[in-house]
Amino acid sequence: MPGTASGARHPDSVVTEPTWQPSATPETLRRRARLLADIRAFFARRDVLEADVPALSAAAAQEPQLDSLACGDAGWLHTSPEFGLKRLLAAGIGPVYQLSHVFRAGETGRWHNPEFSMLEWYRPGWGYPAVLAETEALLVELGAPPLARVGFDEVFTRLTGLDWRRAGADELQQRAAGAGLAPESEPAGLDDARRFEFWLDALVGLVLGPDLGRSAPCAVCDWPPSLAGLTRIRPGAMPVAERFEIYWQGVELANGGTELTDAATLRERFDRDAATRRALGKPCLPVDRALPAAMDAGLPDCAGVALGVDRLLALLLGFDSLAPALPFAADRS
Amino acid sequence: MATFSTNQFKGGLKILLDGDPFTILENEFVKPGKGQAFNRVKVRNLKTGRTIERTFKSGDTVEAADVMELDLQFLYSDGEFWHFMEPNSFEQHQAPDAVVGEAGQWLRPQDECKVILWNNEPLSIEAPNFVSLAVSQTDPGVRGDTSSGGSKPATLETGAVIRVPLFIEEGEVLKVDTRKGEYVSRA
Repeated sequence: MPGTASGARHPDSVVTEPTWQPSATPETLRRRARLLADIRAFFARRDVLEADVPALSAAAAQEPQLDSLACGDAGWLHTSPEFGLKRLLAAGIGPVYQLSHVFRAGETGRWHNPEFSMLEWYRPGWGYPAVLAETEALLVELGAPPLARVGFDEVFTRLTGLDWRRAGADELQQRAAGAGLAPESEPAGLDDARRFEFWLDALVGLVLGPDLGRSAPCAVCDWPPSLAGLTRIRPGAMPVAERFEIYWQGVELANGGTELTDAATLRERFDRDAATRRALGKPCLPVDRALPAAMDAGLPDCAGVALGVDRLLALLLGFDSLAPALPFAADRS
Repeated sequence: MATFSTNQFKGGLKILLDGDPFTILENEFVKPGKGQAFNRVKVRNLKTGRTIERTFKSGDTVEAADVMELDLQFLYSDGEFWHFMEPNSFEQHQAPDAVVGEAGQWLRPQDECKVILWNNEPLSIEAPNFVSLAVSQTDPGVRGDTSSGGSKPATLETGAVIRVPLFIEEGEVLKVDTRKGEYVSRA
């Protein structure tokens, strides 16, 4: 293997001592502790209950682009506390939040760590404009500038020159090629709808995201239905997912929306996700059956938000990567 | 053929793109929360030195380039080829003028230099950043001549010509910065 051949004679291959030192400075770690305390104080004042649903789950994430970390026979580590919190909502817990570590396999990079801190909260009886306003109040209290707001349609057209409602997969593909992504990147065997979703996704990740929120955090509202996740789709002549994503300095910081409460629709989305996973050649893992059951019993109308806490700390402190905001980044864990 | 998956990408990895060998300079993992993951890389073409950006879907694989970076001893130039040797194995490699390029003007027989081999053929030669070379020819400095900013040309033992201060005389050994082609000090 060439990598080995060159490594054997190149200084790169010198075996280094393990790094025991933290990734963050003591000053940053103290700032981090204060940030966590400030978040808890914010929700305590607003009578939102802190939950700690388990990180270890009997089912794996279904979304095609999320991969759970497996723990042998014990199950999988959660990619977010969403399902547990929604089951608490169905049990009548009322407003609830969780501040905990979540895990995503294969996500390592400048702004990604396979284990990271997530703040997630739900507000029964609220819609997404109200939770978006609450997110802004939280961010401002924690030291961020007030939010800019923009519609997905508008920002997509401004940055790609395309109207996603009229564009076909081939047009999106051509635009992505202009952003450096070769047409061959498309996974084989996708149907038309999934091809469209693949390229729409690619443009969001490669063109939209990096350009958003340069000065102040920017909330992009009302997403294409194919990118709904588990939020509700507002029907009409031009249906949209009642969902927002907040970007700051090109980094995705939070997303939220009005939650889907209909169990039948949830099961349809699970089935479709499973089919997409099969089309992508990904393993089909046990599906969560407790959340649909909770929704059969009755999930109250609610809106929720998930926010990346390490990213928030890094951006507040002006870092250009996640590692200096973490006690020990993945390469030192 | 060996391949690398995007999750093995890191700075310094040598990969083959469109038939040319590249080295990865930067690798950025890009992934929206709900979306497809990509690796955005900045790569330098080892043949042309040009830097370009490419994006891969995470999980895709690319061919590895059989590139090695070796410290070789320069032996001699026969006018057509430059000959180098691995000091440990005594294995020899030869490189044409076009590959040696500017680096050749700083090399004396026995000197070590960095040679990048692709498929076991030299791809580029890099002289050490600093070399010590004797002055084989320079005119005596003329006191009071300031028109040339207090410097004059000098030919070094390898044939390279650099600007040196007026006080430098033939036979002196000089420390030279090969990246700038500049005199640093007396060695």
